[in-house]
Amino acid sequence: MILDYIGVKEINGSLIVLDGVKGASFEEIVDIRLEDGSIRQGRIVQMEGERIVVQVFEGTRGISLANTHTRLMGHPMELALSPEILGRVFDGAGRPIDGLGDVFPVMRRNINGTPINPVSRVYPKNYINTGISTIDTLMTLIRGQKLPIFSGSGMAHNELAVQIARQARITGEDGEDAKFAIVFAAMGVKNDVAEYFRRSFDESGVLQRVVMFLNLSNDPIIERTLTPRCALTAAEYLAFELGMHILVIMTDMTSYAEALREFSSSKGEIPGRKGYPGYLYSDLASLYERAGMVRGKAGSVTQIPILTMPNDDVTHPVPDLTGYITEGQIVLDRSLAGSGIYPPVSVLPSLSRLMKDGIGEGYTRADHSALSNQLFASYAKVMDARSLASVIGEEELSPTDKKYIEFGKLFEQQFVTQGQNENRSIEQSLDLGWQLLSTLPRAELDRVDDTILDKFYKPEQASKTLGETAQASSEDDELSAENAAESEN
Amino acid sequence: MQTTDVIFGINGPVVTVKESRSFSMTEMVYVGKERLVGEVIGITEKLTTIQVYEETTGLRPGEPVYGTGSPMTVTLGPGILDNIFDGIERPLKEIAAESGAFIARGSNVSALDCNRQWDVTLLVKEGDVLKGGDVYAECQETAIIKHRCMVPPTLSGKITMVKPNGKYRVEDTVAELTGTDGKVYPLSLCQKWPIRTPRPVSRRLPPQVPLITGQRVIDTLFPIAKGGAAAIPGGFGTGKTMTQHQLAKWCDADIIIYVGCGERGNEMSQVLDEFSELIDPKSGRPMTDRTVLIANTSNMPVAAREASIYTGITLAEYYRDMGYHVAMMADSTSRWAEALREISGRLEEMPAEEGFPAYLPSRLSEFYERAGLVDNLNGTDGSVTVIGAVSPQGSDFSEPVTQNTKRFTRCFWALDKALAYARHYPAINWTDSYSEYFTDLDPWYIKNVGEDFVRYRRQISALLQEESQLMEIVKLIGSDVLPDDQKLVIETARVIRVGFLQQNAFHADDTYVPLEKQRLMMKTILTLYQKAKQLVAASVPISGILQTGLFDKLVKMKYDIPNNRLDMFDSYLEEIDAALKGVVNA
Repeated sequence: MILDYIGVKEINGSLIVLDGVKGASFEEIVDIRLEDGSIRQGRIVQMEGERIVVQVFEGTRGISLANTHTRLMGHPMELALSPEILGRVFDGAGRPIDGLGDVFPVMRRNINGTPINPVSRVYPKNYINTGISTIDTLMTLIRGQKLPIFSGSGMAHNELAVQIARQARITGEDGEDAKFAIVFAAMGVKNDVAEYFRRSFDESGVLQRVVMFLNLSNDPIIERTLTPRCALTAAEYLAFELGMHILVIMTDMTSYAEALREFSSSKGEIPGRKGYPGYLYSDLASLYERAGMVRGKAGSVTQIPILTMPNDDVTHPVPDLTGYITEGQIVLDRSLAGSGIYPPVSVLPSLSRLMKDGIGEGYTRADHSALSNQLFASYAKVMDARSLASVIGEEELSPTDKKYIEFGKLFEQQFVTQGQNENRSIEQSLDLGWQLLSTLPRAELDRVDDTILDKFYKPEQASKTLGETAQASSEDDELSAENAAESEN
Repeated sequence: MQTTDVIFGINGPVVTVKESRSFSMTEMVYVGKERLVGEVIGITEKLTTIQVYEETTGLRPGEPVYGTGSPMTVTLGPGILDNIFDGIERPLKEIAAESGAFIARGSNVSALDCNRQWDVTLLVKEGDVLKGGDVYAECQETAIIKHRCMVPPTLSGKITMVKPNGKYRVEDTVAELTGTDGKVYPLSLCQKWPIRTPRPVSRRLPPQVPLITGQRVIDTLFPIAKGGAAAIPGGFGTGKTMTQHQLAKWCDADIIIYVGCGERGNEMSQVLDEFSELIDPKSGRPMTDRTVLIANTSNMPVAAREASIYTGITLAEYYRDMGYHVAMMADSTSRWAEALREISGRLEEMPAEEGFPAYLPSRLSEFYERAGLVDNLNGTDGSVTVIGAVSPQGSDFSEPVTQNTKRFTRCFWALDKALAYARHYPAINWTDSYSEYFTDLDPWYIKNVGEDFVRYRRQISALLQEESQLMEIVKLIGSDVLPDDQKLVIETARVIRVGFLQQNAFHADDTYVPLEKQRLMMKTILTLYQKAKQLVAASVPISGILQTGLFDKLVKMKYDIPNNRLDMFDSYLEEIDAALKGVVNA
């Protein structure tokens, strides 16, 4: 028996209240038909006996106390899934918007998902080669990891995400490309940005292996809270049912959190820090924790959430809570970006927690861990030397500190900097790292065993090759600049 | 069991029942047709409020709520060790076997394996008079831990029936006790205990023995007592979890309870992998033989996260009652505090600081006070040591959870972002951290490690303190202008920082360092310092002393001297003598 409930009792922001509803269940989906025949969707978010509170995804504009017919759909929010979702474009609530019609579902899944049992998880160990020196060497991305990009408005996080998506190669026995796909979720981003991603995927010829969920900045806010859930449900289906390796790019998590805040305050909930709801941590965790690998299933879900830190403040609740859930972070830095360095990865605060078990002998190279430790330690000293230099002037520094200043410059210009189309192999990146370290006095390299140093510490060679690469990379830059110019035309 | 009570309202994990008189506070209930586990957290004449430990999607008003008549309890008995539970003691392996890789709701598996046969030895005979806590039977739970079955603390009386030794299951009756009230109580291998009530003890003892961790910065500078409580606060990426793992692996407790409270799933699977591969150095058995894991990852229901801390400490107290020294790691207590805040928000309680409920400090103190070194009811000694990680919001140590935790723990290991960025691990900041256990523990150190250990520690901390003051000047004008004796302090402090405090968890010898080696390392560093200081006082230029390379050699001694070749320190001391003489003669 399907009942229509006519009219509503109360309207408040995106919420409507109905009374006398029988047989509804918590989080059930409802259809709301307006007088003009348009249908909006909503979800039950609170119940008290026969009084239910419904959150309307498309907003309550035009709804009055009398002009609606509400119908219970009998199931929670579900997403239709089939192998043919690859290459399709959906809106933020999982409805196709590419004009190719509805998906013929093989199965339907609740978009909230269910938590992976910790004993059924496989500890991620296989690394993903992104071809970007800083990431591969210093904050290695691991299959099944969640590694967010902490950025700010105006920095090149989108370009970096595209470059990772384009260059990412899975090493190991089952690394064939056909099993690799991308799920892209846009939350509150501008149309241009979404278009940039679409065009980039198109140009690199992967569009047929991308599923897109777009909730643009002028789309309904409440749908934004569903977008990542839809995307992750699709990702889980592709990974754990079809055995594919999925890279999920979600941008921008800050917009998502703001949508959540708006929804929470319209419900009259008690706010936590900066007005965000007290359950923001649990809510973000319910998204991020859907990354991983599962025992007995071939696929994996790797997440690269992108978030813009308001005012570049890493202690803002969204980046702060994200950092506590994700397995590391890639932090972009405005002063690096300002001095023209791409990708502007701020090395010291960036981190990959899963890296320690996914690098070294058998994965990348035996000297990897020693090299990355030493690079971090040495670059930290560069910062000390710089802050000293800003007080007493570079001239007055001790000879060792001057070496560090020099090392810092080279490191940023040659190791961090790379072209948008430059794909460096892990060997190239590691060798470059050793060459840079070789410009420092050997006694300063206190994180490395002598045996490794004997093999890789080659000061004479370094000064020579570094000169050459300096030239070569400037040529590369020109080349990539030309490429970029062409693609814009 | 009555079923007349039905759900009235649903709001996230909070469910209300209208006008019911059948529930009591903190009673455990089953909610809905799927029988989701819940707990009563508020009662008024009109509404009874229940927090549900599982997802509430799909529940309907009008579905039944079943009472159990008892508060939220855990089952205590053999089979706890070498197991992994969720926040309300449901075994995750069994759940995986039942419902697959994703956790389904309402799964009804019992906490302990009811079919496993234990080889039980009965220790009492008919007519024995027992009181609460007395051991009546024991069995070998794992290769290294003997499980002692104790009379529940609330019972006492005379044994009126004893079964012979043999194989029994957890719920089989092995003896009967006639209580002072004349009733007959069957004793099986297990008992139940409410998680929010501390298990009684006969007397609390002052802390006197350190928990040896093999981590130099902790054992030497900021030691913790067995039965003590410590907090590890640190922003993300500063190595809280890493430090907790190291402590769990190496500390000299008999039993480890590791609570992953609202943390990452991949991290828990890493703990699982590592602990089952890792061999306990003392017994030669896998670590899992003496470990219990409680995993309530951040995406599992928030109410169960709140309970997981209590479940953990109740298990710890149970093994303490058997006479074991138990260490409980809670990672992270901030997630637990946030769970409190979340539920408090759903109840629309008046928030105090930063939205946390006003009862946050009292809950924290109740929890940390369950740690302690005690005389058990049965006369044995045992201890529960609690090491809680704190994840301060925005790395700001002035936030309520860190501040209140500081009040109730006597050991504070502050993790530092700058150290972590420079990959100095463990990133325990030596100026912000403290331990109040020195006076309690010094007698033990003097007796068991050597009188000089305590003296060396004071000198080391004095040098570090002096360096941090000098660094203020260095930051302004550079180190070149300092006089030689101050340059020596800076150089020695560098050796202490890099060569002593910094410890490599992935290095076979460095991951665990015995106290004797810690003492000798300090001795060697300080000997070099004293001798060099004499030379500097005699106007020998510091540059000459530095050129000997002694300082760099001492930085690497942690790697160069294996833990079983402590005699090598003698040659280091001789070399210091010889090299410094060389400087004078040159």
